[in-house]
Amino acid sequence: MEQKLDGNAAGGMLREIFPFEMTMAEVSCDACGATGPIGTLAAYMHGMGTIIRCPICDNMLMRVVHARGRYLLDMRGMRVLQIKEK
Amino acid sequence: MERTALLGRLTWQLGEVAAKKVETPRTASLTFAVPNWPGHLAGQHVDVRLTADDGYQAERSYSIASPPEEHMLVKLTVERLNDGEVSPYLVDELREGDQIELRGPIGGYFVWEASLGGPLLLVAGGSGIVPLMAMIRHRRAVGSTVPTRLLYSSRSYDEVIYRDELDQLARSEAGFEVIYTLTRSQPPGWTGYNRRIDGDLLHEVAWPVEQHPLAFICGPTQLVENAATGLLPLGYDPARVKTERFGPTGGS
Repeated sequence: MEQKLDGNAAGGMLREIFPFEMTMAEVSCDACGATGPIGTLAAYMHGMGTIIRCPICDNMLMRVVHARGRYLLDMRGMRVLQIKEK
Repeated sequence: MERTALLGRLTWQLGEVAAKKVETPRTASLTFAVPNWPGHLAGQHVDVRLTADDGYQAERSYSIASPPEEHMLVKLTVERLNDGEVSPYLVDELREGDQIELRGPIGGYFVWEASLGGPLLLVAGGSGIVPLMAMIRHRRAVGSTVPTRLLYSSRSYDEVIYRDELDQLARSEAGFEVIYTLTRSQPPGWTGYNRRIDGDLLHEVAWPVEQHPLAFICGPTQLVENAATGLLPLGYDPARVKTERFGPTGGS
């Protein structure tokens, strides 16, 4: 089951890793430069993991896999991840 | 200088079903008592986790329907998806006194507080009404008079979630209007809209852009995209149009 959702849906999973409200964190796409809060990005979630893509150019920004007690984050598609403290 | 408190990793908490109400043939509202609930904002969601006897776990996200003013309570309204792993259990099997794991609140983007003002345009498709209902209930709980218009698309009259409460609020709350559109079947004598939400319908219903409206759209992906796209030619500022698509979410 894979369906396009908003990055908002990945907020709980990201809070397993980061101690911040991550749907408000801003991501700049390394491919097209578009910048927006994670809540507005495209998220594809399934049992294997979560993929977050740029809603403008579809570039893969972040891939998160949680398996065997580890979190694996592939973030090569983003230029900057900007996290607000509050 | 005061240090900013870290939120910490989000942890699972037990919520006990305090009340259950059938809303429509396919939806039910579940009120969970959560002893250490930190509070939430209208529009936020929770993750729910079920664990089978063999250890298999499934997680889903559900929007919170209750307003922040109802302390220590989290009300979810869940639609049964026939091939779903989680929703049939929540809608059909869960009983008062049962406990499930949940964590939250989650989300800071699709959120409305009365202080953000309006006028407010709320656009819902099906169970996309749920986070918008939290906003409507919050508006009422704090006595806000922000002009608010809800455009709510359902397949049929019987599938309109919260219909009695919405009709009651439309009668009693100053500045609150509800506009239904029923896309598949209409009761005899129906004089309301009967078509899908698109630019033409929004042109008839949405606040004029001169009033600097704030819009929240929630529903299935296609409805959300049609509505968000339909507001653009009306001159709506994309930064003031917030969207949330829902659908079955995967999980481990």
